Amino acid sequence: MTDFLQLLIVGISQGCIYGLIALGFVLIYKATEMVNFAQGEMMVVGSFIAWTFVVGMGFNFWVGLSAAMVVMAVFGFLLDAAVVRRIIGQPQFSVVILTIGIGIILRAGSGMVWGNQPLTMPTPFPGNSEFFGAVVGNERLAIIGTTVLLIGGLVLFFRCSRWGVALMASSQNQLAALYSGIPVRFVFSAVWAGAAVISTIAGTMLAPITLIEPLNSFLGIKAFAAAVIGGFHSITGAIAGGVLIGVVEAFAGAYLPGARETIGYIIMFAVLIAWPGGLFGRAHRKKV
Amino acid sequence: MRVLFKQSYDQDIRIAKHRGHLIWYGLLLLSTLCAPLFVGSFYLGELSRVMILALAGLGLMFVTGFTGQVSLGHAAFVAAGAYANAWALSRGWPSLAAIPFAGFVSMLCGLAVAVPASRMSGIYLAIGTLAFAIIVEDGIIKLDGITGGNRGMAVEAPVFLGFRMWESWQLYYLCLFVLVACIFAVLNFMRSPVGRAMIAVRDSEVSARSLGVKVARTKIFAFAVSAAITGFAGALFSHYLQFISPEIFGVVLSIQLLLMIVVGGLGTVHGAIFGAALVGLLETGINLAKDYLPPGIGSQPGLEPLLFGIILVGFILFEPQGVYGRWVKIRSYFELFPLYRRKTFVRQRSYLKTDRMQ
Repeated sequence: MTDFLQLLIVGISQGCIYGLIALGFVLIYKATEMVNFAQGEMMVVGSFIAWTFVVGMGFNFWVGLSAAMVVMAVFGFLLDAAVVRRIIGQPQFSVVILTIGIGIILRAGSGMVWGNQPLTMPTPFPGNSEFFGAVVGNERLAIIGTTVLLIGGLVLFFRCSRWGVALMASSQNQLAALYSGIPVRFVFSAVWAGAAVISTIAGTMLAPITLIEPLNSFLGIKAFAAAVIGGFHSITGAIAGGVLIGVVEAFAGAYLPGARETIGYIIMFAVLIAWPGGLFGRAHRKKV
Repeated sequence: MRVLFKQSYDQDIRIAKHRGHLIWYGLLLLSTLCAPLFVGSFYLGELSRVMILALAGLGLMFVTGFTGQVSLGHAAFVAAGAYANAWALSRGWPSLAAIPFAGFVSMLCGLAVAVPASRMSGIYLAIGTLAFAIIVEDGIIKLDGITGGNRGMAVEAPVFLGFRMWESWQLYYLCLFVLVACIFAVLNFMRSPVGRAMIAVRDSEVSARSLGVKVARTKIFAFAVSAAITGFAGALFSHYLQFISPEIFGVVLSIQLLLMIVVGGLGTVHGAIFGAALVGLLETGINLAKDYLPPGIGSQPGLEPLLFGIILVGFILFEPQGVYGRWVKIRSYFELFPLYRRKTFVRQRSYLKTDRMQ
């Protein structure tokens, strides 16, 4: 029973990381109908920048994290404003290729700047907590807490704030949103900035568990699986998909050693076979 | 400027449209046939690698460029072909049986992914095939008894009529033969009803269906043939490498293949060849240039992927039709000399439209 609880909590926290990265995909996809294959790489760059502030320059953890979030927000904004925006209106395939290319550049570039050796970063949540006999590291609990806070914040943002409503409006109909005075271009770039910030948070929370290295960007593919299971349209779906993969992975690691790395993809492939548009999504026919 | 007079209906589906085609492609074939006389064994090896990449790119082009089904998992088919070939040779099969066997095994893999994939579209298909490739890579590691798992597997030299072919020029001719045969096969497919059906599916599924094309069957066919061609490439690749291990056939190879056909020019046979040539030249060029660059830059392991990424992004932004598209523009500039207009090549067709309900 304690084993079960422990695996469950570890799985949920790992799944929250996948979910957070997937959240970035979903935000961008919902707002701009683009699929950002570079989300995992953005996470890595974000955590590297946080490392530079916290370890390299010796800032307090929270100050360093905030500074990294600001830097990545600017980066995400400029990425959309300078590069991605140019191919709006071209087929989705071009966007996939473009973001894959950006991802390759970011991964190779971060390896050149920060090296390919894993870096360690101190955590502000040392020690362990105990629930009914299960011992769990505090940094894992912090991940779960952050995820819950972020989702709550995002849901409130979309429900209650003017910008949230503007964003939903421009995702539903760009032209109508433009006519009603919403600065659609700015909103799109702001969404990219938001996705970059979320991925920075994910990467920094993950740092105590996996260390920081360019190879972490392959977590992005798993997060992609989470987003696909969630259906690409729903914020809660992304987190649910992430948690599902995380928990199944944790249990597979304990009871089915050897299947740990692929079980998430097997689940995703099975989901796609059964529901070609994801669990929470809708499959569409292409128009003529 | 050349004006073609239509004199028969067959003219539309002829492979060589006019005498110029025959002369230039004949010269190209002749020069590739004579290349081993003039080129050293190192560059012969590089040429073989370019041809293997071109073959794999041709396979991917068949399903992505001609049928519009984006696949991010073609490394799985390369792997299937490579391992099937290596296994067959280790059991003492001759290459005349082993290479078709590799294509067959790869085609079975293609069918396994195509049947569910024929229901997916767009981004779900891309990510589904990516997951399939990761599962296959893991499966190769798990099938320790046949594939040697993580330790890898040595590949014997090709055997024809009892002769072992160790030399690089022999591999070169083998690659050339398979590549030319596959190009002809693809060209013939594309002028047959099934090829026309594939293009119809790419351009609009709904209109293809309403014209009586069986969409699912066409997609499955395209995947199977594409996997078989890629499997041949895998078999040749295993001979080129002489030692295969699972990490060669990872996600990176899938992405590289996709990159190749996009940079080369999506939707044309030329695109696969140009893309492979560009990628091959770039790799060789970087390796040669490393000696001349300052050591701080030349020894960086990320240099090559960085350049790839920049080239890829540059092509998508500035020349979405790839090298072949640019070549067509340059050629028609000279053909039409004072009359060339930029608007001639404004893009009309797209391969993947929005999947959101309007």
